[in-house]
Amino acid sequence: MGIGTALAVAGAACAALFAGIGSAIGVGRGGQAAAGVVTDDPNKFSQVLILQLLPGTQGIYGLLIAFIALSRMGIMSGTPAELSVGTGLMYLFACAPMAFVGLVSAMQQAKASVASIGLVAKRPDQFGKSMIFPAMVETYAILALLVSILAINGIPA
Amino acid sequence: MAVVPMKKITITGMISQRSTILDVLQRLETLHIEDIPGAEDASAVFSTGKTEENQQRLTNCKKDIESLSRALEILDSYAPVKTSMLAGFAGRDRLSVSDFSEKEKKNADTLKAAEDILELEKELITVKAAVPKYENERASLGPWLNFKVPLTFKGTGCTAAFIGSFPELITEENLTKELVGETGIEAVNVDVISSADDLTCLMVVCHKDDASSFDEALRKMNFSRAPQIDDLPLKKDEELVKAIEKAYKDTDSIRVKIASYSDRREDLKFTIDSLSLEYERLSADEQILRSRRTFIVDGYVPSSQVERTEKALEPYDVVIEVQDPTAKDNVPVLLKNNSFAAPVEGVVESYSLPSNGEMDPSMPVAIFYYFMFGMMLSDFAYGLIMTVATGAILAKFKNMEAGMRKTMKMFCYCGIGTMVSGILFGSYFGDAVTVASRMFFDKDVVIKPLYVDPISNSMKVLVFSFAIGIIHLFTGLILNLWQACKQKRYADAIYDSLFWLFLVGGLLLFGLTTDMVINMFPGALTKIPDPLGQVGKVLAIIGAVGILFTGGRESKNWVKRLMKGAYALYNVTGYLSDILSYSRLLALGLATSVISTVFNSMGEMVSAGLLHTNIFGALIGVILFLVIFVIGHGLNFAINALGAYVHANRLQFVEFFGKFYNGGGRKFEPLAVKTKYFKFKED
Repeated sequence: MGIGTALAVAGAACAALFAGIGSAIGVGRGGQAAAGVVTDDPNKFSQVLILQLLPGTQGIYGLLIAFIALSRMGIMSGTPAELSVGTGLMYLFACAPMAFVGLVSAMQQAKASVASIGLVAKRPDQFGKSMIFPAMVETYAILALLVSILAINGIPA
Repeated sequence: MAVVPMKKITITGMISQRSTILDVLQRLETLHIEDIPGAEDASAVFSTGKTEENQQRLTNCKKDIESLSRALEILDSYAPVKTSMLAGFAGRDRLSVSDFSEKEKKNADTLKAAEDILELEKELITVKAAVPKYENERASLGPWLNFKVPLTFKGTGCTAAFIGSFPELITEENLTKELVGETGIEAVNVDVISSADDLTCLMVVCHKDDASSFDEALRKMNFSRAPQIDDLPLKKDEELVKAIEKAYKDTDSIRVKIASYSDRREDLKFTIDSLSLEYERLSADEQILRSRRTFIVDGYVPSSQVERTEKALEPYDVVIEVQDPTAKDNVPVLLKNNSFAAPVEGVVESYSLPSNGEMDPSMPVAIFYYFMFGMMLSDFAYGLIMTVATGAILAKFKNMEAGMRKTMKMFCYCGIGTMVSGILFGSYFGDAVTVASRMFFDKDVVIKPLYVDPISNSMKVLVFSFAIGIIHLFTGLILNLWQACKQKRYADAIYDSLFWLFLVGGLLLFGLTTDMVINMFPGALTKIPDPLGQVGKVLAIIGAVGILFTGGRESKNWVKRLMKGAYALYNVTGYLSDILSYSRLLALGLATSVISTVFNSMGEMVSAGLLHTNIFGALIGVILFLVIFVIGHGLNFAINALGAYVHANRLQFVEFFGKFYNGGGRKFEPLAVKTKYFKFKED
């Protein structure tokens, strides 16, 4: 196997790696805030759980990109294609939006989530609105996901 | 789709019938009571019920509810009742009015029982707290156990005894030597009772006359007195053991005593409800204006309920005055929709209820919500599971509370939307059908998507998502137009809606005739004929010029006005980002199907090899496949249903409502039976 394939796998790994790290940090922060609220009022569990989980999607998008990339380069089926350095770099760059935007947006989304958890703690009736603030951040993760998908699909086999 | 029309109502009656009338109104649940602003100051005759006496009654009522609830909690923890996981859907039990008043007679007795439970719990805490105290005492007594003298022993007629310990290991000889050195008196005897590395227990005996010098010497050497116990240590220890045993026994018996109240559980629940009703009534009573003989209630009643309310109050001496609310009144909002749109009322409400004169957006929201949720979850099997599960719960629990019923119905419809989009995009547990038939039957079965496969043809689905988005946004603009026309603000309708429709619609049409746009989405778009593009161009120019001149129409100064108009025109980039935002329909849908595929192929990888070994291996293979399948799809469903829910809301709140809906209305909150456990049966 040449450098090209290695670069492509590195790209797929980065998408899962950074987006996953971001989500892990994000969901962790959300969990701390959520646990605090539940000590005070156990009935809010389901509401704060949803808010905690919101920064978790980036990790899934990362997994998605990694999977699409790996299966396109034949790693999943056990018949990896020999890729040129150029094609390998294409995979690496195609995965980059998801990796970096995933990492940063999950951490930033966690901040919005924590604030929203605070909002729900004080005003449980505002749950509908509290969900929207973290969801606004997620838009950019979704856009990055889209660019990565389109880019990977566009790489000539 | 409608906001229920309201009537303003004023009820004037005799003060002696006040509480009966409130009782009737509470059961009717039709009257939203309003403060009459400034009425108290303006009139020497009327005053509100905010008296100290009423306050006191409210506080007492609340305190009683709290102690009853606490008693119920205690009862539930010491005598738990098994409840099924689905019990939350069951709704409140029904009681007829006569049963209710019959049961109310027992309230005082139930309150007494609650007090008893609270008292028992207090006792239990005290008894429980004693155990660690006893244990501590036993621990400190440990080193003295084989000492056959009471620890308070001070000496005989001629001797003085010091009983105590040093926090170190020390021998009789060493201590004697030290004491003699310190005091210069040789007549001393040291007996070590027990010793360990960090503790030596001992008794020092000396002549009574020398007691003070030895006392001082010992104190200097960090001597600490033994625990002051009159009895022999061993005997005391036995007593403590017995006391601990007794404490445990007492705890058990108190627990049993508390549990014996479990037959009062229903009574407790009932009394909580009954007092909650009273609390509601009392707080309503506070708002009511009264004179010496009469009272006035002001409020809103849904137009359809006016007759029912009047009829119910017929037996009493009241005058009812019904008026149409004026434009100035801040009328409370109640939504009423058919069973298709009603489930999303909760979504609308969680954003904000329509303000005065605004339309109820439930119907358009419902149409898009179910479909968009479906596109983002996008799997026939997931949709089927959702629909069947919520449908079964709805069918089983006929008595479910209205709010819960709406939520269940919403997810039921969302499930149908998910099934539709699962068929459109060909996802049935991802590609489970293909994988399973390949593994188990060596056949290649592929269920063809009705429209297009999103994984291999994502461009097409992306354009489809944008198209849905454009329809969504235009529906919002058209609703804005319609709303403005209805309120006879025709100029606003043209300036704020029509021009934008022209501009954005025209630009889209024109775009579809250019190579640049077509090439951006290879294979997903076809060029439309040029004349249409020319029409689009003209429309866009009309719209743009119109916005340029009217976007800042609140300014009188023409320069300022044009500047503001130009800024308003810049908002067209907002439409671009709004449309792009709908790409999440594709992205989240793809996420579901790709993750399904991942789990399916994981299952295949693990078990495919085993299948062709022998019957035993095949069995294990099938089981492994099923385990991965169930866990994987369970996880995928949960996380993606959450995503679909959140983002379906977002698309309504941000993109859709941004075009026409402001909200800010007050909720219609009638004086009502707000109980937890029981509700009234219609007689």
